[in-house]
Formats: sequence, C-alpha cells, structure tokens
Amino acid sequence: MRYAMAMDTKKCVGCSDCVVACQTENAVPIGYCRDWIVENVEGTYPNLELELRSERCNHCDNTPCVRTCPTGASHIIEGGIVKVTHDECIGCGACIEACPYDARYFHPDGYVDKCTFCDHRVAKGQETACVSVCPTKCLYFGDLDDANSPVSKILKNRKWKVNAPEAGTKPQVYFLI
Amino acid sequence: MKEELFVSGRELEFIDPVLHIWHWQIPLYLFVGGLAAGLIFFASYFFLKGKEDEFPIAVKIAPFLAPIVIVLGLMALLLDLRHPAYFWQLYTTIRIDSPMSWGAWTLGAIMPLSILWPVSYIYDLQKYFENSFCKMPYKLMTWVIKLKDRYWILEWIYEISIKFRKPIAIINLILSIILGVYTGILLSAFNARPLWNTSLLGPLFLVSGLSTGAAAIMWMARDHHEKITFSKIDLVLIGVELFFIVHMFMGFLASTAVQQEAAALFLGGEFTAIFWGFFVFVGLVFPAILEIMELFGYKIPISIPAFFILFGGALFRFIMVEAGQITRYLY
Repeated sequence: MRYAMAMDTKKCVGCSDCVVACQTENAVPIGYCRDWIVENVEGTYPNLELELRSERCNHCDNTPCVRTCPTGASHIIEGGIVKVTHDECIGCGACIEACPYDARYFHPDGYVDKCTFCDHRVAKGQETACVSVCPTKCLYFGDLDDANSPVSKILKNRKWKVNAPEAGTKPQVYFLI
Repeated sequence: MKEELFVSGRELEFIDPVLHIWHWQIPLYLFVGGLAAGLIFFASYFFLKGKEDEFPIAVKIAPFLAPIVIVLGLMALLLDLRHPAYFWQLYTTIRIDSPMSWGAWTLGAIMPLSILWPVSYIYDLQKYFENSFCKMPYKLMTWVIKLKDRYWILEWIYEISIKFRKPIAIINLILSIILGVYTGILLSAFNARPLWNTSLLGPLFLVSGLSTGAAAIMWMARDHHEKITFSKIDLVLIGVELFFIVHMFMGFLASTAVQQEAAALFLGGEFTAIFWGFFVFVGLVFPAILEIMELFGYKIPISIPAFFILFGGALFRFIMVEAGQITRYLY
C-alpha cells in the first residue's frame, strides 16, 4: 500500500478551500497551516504563464526527516504516511532542517507537526479533508498500488511532475501539468 | 521572469522567507563540542604516548575545562529544545541513521569519562591553581579533595580513575574524535540545506575543534617547550583547515545550482566580509602569522593568537548555522 496524492494544476483556481479544510479538520493552531497555495508566474509580458499548486508534506519514499530524527518520533506508518508521535518528539528541529519542502513546523505546544494525509480519515476509508472539499475536484488521493484508485488512474493518463526531484526524496505528491 | 509566491497558507516567520529555527544555542554547542573534543583528544593522545610529564598542562590540567564547557553546551541545547520535558526520549533508542542520535549517545558516554580524567589529577590541579591570580579554583579543588577524604565512595572513584587511566584514555581518544567530527556530519546530513551538504564539513569541524583545543592548551601552558609544541601543532591544524575551506568552496562551485547559490553567499554575497575578513583572516591567518613570527624568535604574548583562534572557531560555527538555514532548494 502506498498512498499518494495528485493535484491538477490546470484546474486549481487558488481558492484555498484545501488550506481551510485542513485547518478545520486537524485543529491546526491559528496562524499555522499544513498545506498552502503557491502561485508561479513565468515569462515576459504579455507572454505569461500562471501555475497554481496546492502543496503539503510529500510523504516521501526516501524521507530525510525520518532518517534524521534522533528519537524515532518521526516515523512511517502503513501506506507510506509520515507521522510524528507527539510525546516522543523533543522539539529539536532536525526534521525541519532536513525537509527540502519546509513542510514541517513547530506546534505551539512544542512538538513538530505537519500534514498527515488525514490518516484518521483514511483509516475509515475516506479521502483526506483537502481532497474532499476541493470545488474544482482537482485533488486526487489513493493507493498507488491499486490500479483502480483515482490517483493511479489519473497518473497513467496525464503528464506530471514533482517538486524538487533533484533533492532525492522521491516525493509522493504529483502535480499534473 | 519567474516569480513564485505563497498566496495562501504558509507564512510562518521561522520558515519564510528563510528558515530560522536554530539560533545561537546550536552554534554555541557546536563550538564547545569542538573545544572539548580537542582538549580530550590531546590529553589522551599525549598520555598514551607516555608524555604526561613533558606536557603536563595538556594531559593533566587543561582537560578540567572539558566537562565544564560540555555542560554549558548541553544547557544551551536544552534551552533550544521546544519540547524539553521529553528530552529523555533521546536515550530510549539508538538510531544509526541519525547523526543527532550518535551525538546524544557520544555526549552521554564522554561526559562521565571527561569528569573522571581531571578527577584522577585532582592533586596536580590543586597545585597548578595554588598561586594563580583567581583564588576560586584553588578553593574549589581543596574542597573537592576534602569531600573525597570524607566519603569512601568518592575515594573509591578517585582510585578507580587512576587505575583505569589507560583504558579511559583509549576510549576518550576515540570518543573525542567522534565528538569533533559528528557535529560536522550532523549538518552535512541535511541535504535540504545545500550549504551544509558537503562531506568536507565533518573533517573541517574536527580540525577546527582540535585547533581550538590546542589554542586553549597553548594559552594555559606554563613552560616554553609545551607552548612551542602546541603552537606548531596549531599551525599545522590551521594549514589543514585553510586547505579544507578552499576545497569546500571549490566543491560548491563545481556542484549543482543550489550549491553554487550557497557558495555565492560567501563569494560576493552577504557573508563575504564576515567570513573571509573575520573568520579566515582574523581567526586563522593572523594567528598563524603570529605563531610563525614566534618561531622565528619574536616575542609574541601567547594569549593573542590563542584568543583569536578561539574567537574564529566560535564565529565559524555561528556563520555556518545562520548561512546554512538561508540556503534552500525551493522558492
């Protein structure tokens, strides 16, 4: 089982529903967020191109954060989801230094927190909060090992890219281009 | 043009626009870790070569600084932890892949051994401080000796520390090298920070740590032969350090785009003046020149090169921790 997410950059309008849904679902403290929208503009006027991306922790296959955690608080659960055990985390910040995507943050209570692919929802067979609220339905979530899951099917049919592949982390959030 | 903005969500002050989660506590700890590693290394090395009377300060006296600075460093680290009540979790597991775990265990092992070593020389320490300007260390040593004479357990620890000097020295030799090199390996393991992600950082930190240790010994030494020997050792270490620094930058420039951008911070960017002017020149080249002049017969007060080497060692780590967090792959 290998959970992954795909995000269609051609359909995203930058409405930030995914940001707010995540903050609501996971009781994220005010001022913090687990996912965010990036607007990328390239070219010279008037030939400009705009790309909107909804980004989060990539739940990488080759996680630098789990590797560097001195206590094992950062760990990988079934399906490749990267999680943090709150009362094993000492708040040293090594995982934050190790993440090329800067996806982690210090929770005000002291431990390190980040997107968890809503594993509490996934365990019940639901989709993640961000995927379920997207008004343009541009987010796909599922099991890459299951050929019939939404994410497997869309990745077979569309061109995609990932963020900073040269960092060697094998990220599992794909951007459809 | 290419412009990437966060239009929603992420604007945490300690992540954007640049990462800034490690403040002064971390470079302070890296500095004292290197200094303690240097002090313990030279003490163990010259003891095992049988030169404890030829270099009395290096083997018997200077190592008393090691546990003191290690404790200061550990307090700084504890201050940096955001979830300090759980710090003991570090000692419930050994994670081979995590240099931070190696460091926690190395420190845990070296701490008691670095206390046992000066304890075994407590009488020599008392004599060294007898006529010094500040009366406090002498009073402290006298009080420790009185405690030892009163409680049999302390007397037993003292006897053990003398009896097992050779095995302790061998273990300390290895642990001090691990302590000196792991601080650099720790930073270089974060491939997300391109400035740190060079395998030269570990050896560079080790040599810098040994150099600060030799400088401290040189400063405390009383007889001329010991001063000159450690001055020569420091000169060689400074030469190696300069060689590593040049090769580190050559490596960055011959590497990927993110590493070239990281090197650009030091070759025309905001860290150029402070790194080459204050660290390389004032902290390495200038003390080296003074030490060469001393070898040619000029009388230089030893405190000047020693102070600037220690200053350079600390400044180097402050620069690297700050600049490394600025370098990144994205945005």
